[in-house]
Amino acid sequence: MKKFASLIKTLDSTTKTNTKVSALAAYFVDANDEDKVWTIAILSHRRPPRPVNTTLLRQWASELSKIPMWLFEESYHIVGDLAETIALVIPFAAKETDKSLTQFLNEMILLKKKSEEDKKAYLFENWESLDYYERFVFTKLITGGFRIGVSQKLMTKALSKATGINEDILAYKLMGNWDPSAITFQKLVLEENKSDYLSKPYPFYLAYAIENEVEDLGDVNEWSAEHKWDGIRSQTIFRNDEFFVWSRGEELVTDKYPEFETLIGIIPNGTVIDAEILPFTENTIGTFNDLQSRIGRKTVTKSLLKKVPVILKAYDLLEWEGKDIRQLPFVERRKLLEKLFRKVTSNNENLPLHLSETISFDNWEAVAEEREKSRELHSEGLMLKRKNSPYQVGRKKGDWWKWKVDPLTIDAVLTYAMRGHGRRSNLFTDYTFALWNENEDGKKELVTFAKAYSGLTDAEFRKVDAWIKKNTLERYGPVRSVTPEHVFEIAFEGIALSKRHKSGIATRFPRILRWRKDKKIDEANTLADLKALIPTIKKVANENVKS
Amino acid sequence: MNNPLLEFTEKGIYCSEAKVYLDPWKPVEKAIITHGHADHSRWGHKKYITHHTNVPIIKHRLGDINVSGVKWNETFTINNVKFSLHPAGHIIGSSQVRVEHKGEVWVFTGDYKTEDDGISTSYEIVKCDTFITECTFGLPAFKWTPQQEVMDSINNWWLENQAEGKTSILFGYSLGKAQRLLKYLNPEIGKIYTHGAIEKMTEVLRPIVDFPETTLITRETQKKELLGNIVLAPPSAHGSTWIRKMVPYVTGSASGWMTFRGARRRRAIDKGFVLSDHCDWTGLLDSINATGAEKIICTHGYTDIFSKYLREQGYDARTEETQYGEDETASENEVELVQSKQ
Repeated sequence: MKKFASLIKTLDSTTKTNTKVSALAAYFVDANDEDKVWTIAILSHRRPPRPVNTTLLRQWASELSKIPMWLFEESYHIVGDLAETIALVIPFAAKETDKSLTQFLNEMILLKKKSEEDKKAYLFENWESLDYYERFVFTKLITGGFRIGVSQKLMTKALSKATGINEDILAYKLMGNWDPSAITFQKLVLEENKSDYLSKPYPFYLAYAIENEVEDLGDVNEWSAEHKWDGIRSQTIFRNDEFFVWSRGEELVTDKYPEFETLIGIIPNGTVIDAEILPFTENTIGTFNDLQSRIGRKTVTKSLLKKVPVILKAYDLLEWEGKDIRQLPFVERRKLLEKLFRKVTSNNENLPLHLSETISFDNWEAVAEEREKSRELHSEGLMLKRKNSPYQVGRKKGDWWKWKVDPLTIDAVLTYAMRGHGRRSNLFTDYTFALWNENEDGKKELVTFAKAYSGLTDAEFRKVDAWIKKNTLERYGPVRSVTPEHVFEIAFEGIALSKRHKSGIATRFPRILRWRKDKKIDEANTLADLKALIPTIKKVANENVKS
Repeated sequence: MNNPLLEFTEKGIYCSEAKVYLDPWKPVEKAIITHGHADHSRWGHKKYITHHTNVPIIKHRLGDINVSGVKWNETFTINNVKFSLHPAGHIIGSSQVRVEHKGEVWVFTGDYKTEDDGISTSYEIVKCDTFITECTFGLPAFKWTPQQEVMDSINNWWLENQAEGKTSILFGYSLGKAQRLLKYLNPEIGKIYTHGAIEKMTEVLRPIVDFPETTLITRETQKKELLGNIVLAPPSAHGSTWIRKMVPYVTGSASGWMTFRGARRRRAIDKGFVLSDHCDWTGLLDSINATGAEKIICTHGYTDIFSKYLREQGYDARTEETQYGEDETASENEVELVQSKQ
């Protein structure tokens, strides 16, 4: 445990990716094999189930530290992290422990079934025999959510550095449902497996947002346009009668999309498709909001598959007949893709494979008009691709550009504030905004419509924070209501009716555009203004390929 | 009923009997000043009374002011009210103010800490009836480790950075923290460079305290000569072009706020050292207990939470609005500034 805690401390005390990778790699060389497996498990979100609920943890921590419960809660609100709070308030005892990380985790697995007294005794004993950082890590393992700025990708990189095994192969090895208390490091990481190479994806080609006027791109005939669909950018690989789905974060997410399995055998082996994963029901593309329930789940249940079915909306073809065709011009790759698409869809109905239609135009005005339809179509805007462009590696300027629709904006009043988390704990940076509405008595009142916590500079956040602390009306735990006084312009990408929201409206990715110091609260927008922004949804037909 | 011995007014803490203010935040005729930080010693009073070691400090900061210095425990009487200053242990020259009238004793702490840092005269327990205390770190989450341990880890950090061929940049307030760090940095490791604000303040204090040698960073200072050495800088220098010229460097900050992982990450500082010139939770409770006071007034910090806890412990405790902790060299002290507005 000492080694693991000191690793976490090192990871925690740097913002530099390289330092993190080196520290992790050194740990993967140095630690014993069992601990390595558990470390991989923890950093890839495979913790054992939580053995003690947080209510009990709080009670017991307050008891052991001999402070009243309310004071523990106040401290928690200010510190912003439960494990950190517990590690801080419990008095240091000069005991020590040499138990390994694996021992601790095995104990935690057994702990779940034990009686409340046993749990309490176990926690007290360990809280008192660990030093501050070990205690923090120990409690973090119990509460879960080990977010310390180490992504699975970073971890894989470090493991690759330590073992010399290719990163993509490691990513594949580490996917799926392996049990950290049963598998060995040898088996999980070191042993070579033929199928390791099967899943290897190509690096994604990513676009920048268009910088100048679209006309500056030159001759419209050299360009192909298509909608930028609002889902999960993915690469789906068909090789050796298996399929693999990679997300743009280069995470292997095959398990989350079992519906694509039906494509095996239909799409020939040696095919790699660049596509957007989109929710699709009743012949309509859903919103990103719909997709969210699929992203977060570890296990995809039948009912969820039925409720939010997904499709692949294909953009591009990267591998065909087992050959890497990324150097072919975009139009050539598209021809092959469209041929493939027509062939497979003519023989099969209702495949979860659709084509993202490319659209040709005579002039840029027509492109701009198409872009205006984006919101109705549930797309984020347009992608402009040079017809003769190869499929490049990473984010590159020149051949591909995204031309997103401008965000929707509305002026709203700041009504509630909460302390931020992590880097922003102890600063009020999470805000709730409200719009005017007439209630039944014809009186104007403010109705909450969105929360936002990004978009201001650090200096602005500090100013708003200081103002909030002086203008608090009431406190509800970590939340404060504040005097309605400040107006902010809120931008968001999408908007839909929602029963879950008090205002009856859900906005997508709301963020603060700017602080409207020039506006008084009477000048903020109304709920009716917001509702007027909801587009009428168009049904999208699948096959109307225009190009 | 008579006015209380000390009142909280618009201008500051006021003794109407003696017509004297303690650490007032608006210009007044006569002010007793606890210490040199800007939120306690402000500009514009006609007459300043403070401990004599604080005289050069506030003269340096406020210019040509009318100030008289007194000794610790030296009683001076104004209109039958007895005043005396007692060490507060916060920074060099920091005092508590004891006020006695008709057998009633009040003590105003200004800022204080109970650990002896070896350069500020050690905090003295002063018995009183009413204790006006700060509670900047009045939460059980704050627990300090002994100075020696913290300074050892700072010196080790410097050595590690040196081994990697990097410059160490250590942030601390230019009055107080910087000198405390300087005093215990190990000059055998390398040279100690300073930012102008720290160099000037340290110059003022050299006649009082023996400090290691420092080198002021100037336009002529070469980046190369800094490598492996340490730079003491005020927090406001973080992210400035002045610092950016020193790459490759590693940053560290020494403050009580470094207790929170979030505070360090928010400021994008590589390494946080928990070292404070205020009391921790236990320090506050112990000193309150030791004064024997029944009435406690909390002036700045986590005042609501702290005074509620004191009431549960049987004290007659309350909070008074002050402007301490608010302006303390604003740019130099922003984390602390934000926190203490609670």
